[in-house]
Amino acid sequence: MFRYILTICAVVAGTSALAEVEIQQITSAGGINAWVVEEPSIPFTALEIRMRGGASLDVAGKRGAVNLMTALIEEGSGDMDAQAFQKRLEALAASLSFRVSDDIMSISAQFLTENQDEVLALLRQALTQPRFDQDAIDRVRGQIISGIAGDAKSPNRIASAFFDGAAFEGHPYATPIDGTADSVGALTQDDMFEAHRNTLTRDQIYVSAVGDISADALGPLLDELLGGLPAKGPPAIADVDFSLAGGVTVIPFDTPQSVALFGHSGIERDDDDFFAAYILNSILGGSGFESRLMNEVREKRGLTYGIASYLVPKFHTEMWIGQVASGNETIAEAIAVTRDVWSDLAANGVTAEELAVTKTYLTGEYPLRFDGNAKIAGIMVGMQMIGLPPEYVINRNDYIEAVTLDDVKRVAAELLRPDDLHFVVVGQPVGLETTD
Amino acid sequence: MRRLLTLALIAFSAPALAQEVTTYSLDNGMDVVVIEDHRAPVVVHMVWYKVGSADEPVGASGVAHFLEHLLFKATDVLESGEFSAIVAANGGSDNAFTSHDYTAYFQRIAADRLELMMQMESNRMNNLAITEADIETERNVVLEERNQRTENSAGALAREQFVAAQYQNHRYGVPVIGWKHEMEQLSLQDALDFYDLYYSPNNAILVVAGDVAPDEVKALAEQYYGVIPAEENLPERIRPQEPPQRAERRITYTDPRVSQPYLTRSYIAPERDSGAQKEAAALVYLADLLGGSPFSSALGQALQFETQTAVYAGASYNGASLDDSTFAVSVAPSEGVSLSDAEAAMDAAIAAFLAAPIDQDQMESLRTQLRASEVFAKDNVQGIARRYGRALTQGLTIQDVQDWPRILQDVTEADIKAVAAKVLDRNQAVTGWVVANPEEAR
Repeated sequence: MFRYILTICAVVAGTSALAEVEIQQITSAGGINAWVVEEPSIPFTALEIRMRGGASLDVAGKRGAVNLMTALIEEGSGDMDAQAFQKRLEALAASLSFRVSDDIMSISAQFLTENQDEVLALLRQALTQPRFDQDAIDRVRGQIISGIAGDAKSPNRIASAFFDGAAFEGHPYATPIDGTADSVGALTQDDMFEAHRNTLTRDQIYVSAVGDISADALGPLLDELLGGLPAKGPPAIADVDFSLAGGVTVIPFDTPQSVALFGHSGIERDDDDFFAAYILNSILGGSGFESRLMNEVREKRGLTYGIASYLVPKFHTEMWIGQVASGNETIAEAIAVTRDVWSDLAANGVTAEELAVTKTYLTGEYPLRFDGNAKIAGIMVGMQMIGLPPEYVINRNDYIEAVTLDDVKRVAAELLRPDDLHFVVVGQPVGLETTD
Repeated sequence: MRRLLTLALIAFSAPALAQEVTTYSLDNGMDVVVIEDHRAPVVVHMVWYKVGSADEPVGASGVAHFLEHLLFKATDVLESGEFSAIVAANGGSDNAFTSHDYTAYFQRIAADRLELMMQMESNRMNNLAITEADIETERNVVLEERNQRTENSAGALAREQFVAAQYQNHRYGVPVIGWKHEMEQLSLQDALDFYDLYYSPNNAILVVAGDVAPDEVKALAEQYYGVIPAEENLPERIRPQEPPQRAERRITYTDPRVSQPYLTRSYIAPERDSGAQKEAAALVYLADLLGGSPFSSALGQALQFETQTAVYAGASYNGASLDDSTFAVSVAPSEGVSLSDAEAAMDAAIAAFLAAPIDQDQMESLRTQLRASEVFAKDNVQGIARRYGRALTQGLTIQDVQDWPRILQDVTEADIKAVAAKVLDRNQAVTGWVVANPEEAR
């Protein structure tokens, strides 16, 4: 077993406070890489497993198969049907969760030290010996189809379905991972086994564990847990450009408050300018009350309860999006102010004071994220998925500090393109119409 | 930009104890709770006021929550928005929340910035300097918040109707965010009257959790909060209670935005009371046994496994409440199943549960899960802080909070049967149907 130890001290700007995380990087005999933080003060462990691929690996005509399969992992395996499996899990007081998004299968487990072996055996059974019983398929399918019907009457879901469909036409990102009532209705047990074979494979695995567990013990546990999965999955899907041109699309829906989803293309996570863009987004529409959008749209004008913007670097595309909700009579003004803020930043960049204050916030906030086993496990597995080394935890604040006012100005001029913004508005907005 | 006094930062050197809880009271009546967690150099600083929307004057619904928003405006030394800006400039985040029973403000920040937080939070307890202009803009913000949370959601509007039917005399029947027509009329004076009376140290609880030492927190608390005079006219917290309900109440809410019809039945139920939490503990088990896990609960098994009556069936109970709480069951019928049939199946499953003995394996499983949840909860010190803040503003004591896990472990089958017989009475309940059109209401 290959192994080394890193001790990381993230320093809170200007103070003596230290966040110390000791990350150990291991490779199991079977070749599974994992990051571990030993934290025995509370007798439980948080284990995070990710697999790249996700719902985008749905085969043609089977949209929703990976999503339905993921929901069925906890619905019976080995010699246990759904109820027998869940009752066993409840008796062990463990929490297991299986989720899937466009590109990622997420498996999260939290278990008491005293039940560790039994919980991992149960998890292994769920991952490697699923049953996909017909009655479980039918029951969960009914729940998913009910959810799909709900999405058709949710303003936010209506907006994102149109936005994604128009921006990524012909690509898996274009359609919701749930599928449609028709596509989900047609899925068979064979489709479940196929989706399982395609998405749970050893070549796509990332693992982190934090808590009352030792790095020495983890390797053999992981080989036991995941060794039974197929070695290799299908090739990754193709990249796709964001192809929704600037404009406005109004989707009429009878509700008092309009919701708007807007955006244009973004920046890749490994681009040299990513940190400049990250700081810029923080000033534009980051979390909290300090962003320009929050200031102009909420604090000064009272047009919304919340507005935010997000850099979204996905594995196969990148976008810069935002969201706002405002009464049908005021949404047009909220959108006009949003455009103005976007234009002003593109033309003038940010002020030296904004940059300084934002750097202090971002560098001060970073070490505060490492305050719980489950949180640290989530951060570590996320880092691995985007190819960051453990040392990133030490260096990350330096990357933030290195960004200059000119960097932000240049990136704002290049990346913020107000004319390319497309607003999808769901509601009965006054004074807004769909553009050509 | 005006700034507060500069501070000498204190470097805390705390012993390595995991989640010790220390409590004391300041001379002016303010209670202090310190929860130690030295795993990370973080502190959560919270001030909880023992006032919520159920304490509002008649006709001014929403003023408690509106005032919460206004506390981020100017004070005598802080400009509007400066509070949050200073927190952010120190790498922290801040926010606030309002419920029927409490209003709370919190910051999460590097532990050595605690003094700055106390300085600012204590300043806005008595020195708010809001203007008519603040009122106008922020009133629009809370109206948009109501739009977002309630008016745009068929489910939220339905819930509002059901709760209003449940509580006919108690202010729990009025939504925390307020009725829209009253929110539109909220004035500067409404906000200031509420603020002047209730925002006082003898009506507040300080909760500090994280990498701190109790004696140093105490010294800071005395310095910043201890000097604020107690409010002598603070009224006793007596709120109009519900009269006995003597007849079943039924409501059908129709809204074309509903995609999945469903029904809920909400029974009036006892809450956790100081020194008397046994019934509430039994209700926690009852909710789990009746409708916790879909795989093992009575409703889940009967409606989702033995028959395909429902796509969802569950039960819920929240014991954290100053006055009478509720115990609810809900069912979303499968395609082709009417609400009447779903409700009949639900009632049959409840009756069968009441008639049968409780599976002892399942009881043991629930005990283990509750014990484990205490271990998992320790991973989130902010969650522990909220637990104390909620309890102390809802009539419980530190002792009650610390006794609760043991009381949960001691619940017996007889306790659950007794509380089920008492609570599950349709004449003390509101049954609500939520549908898209009248044809679905059958």
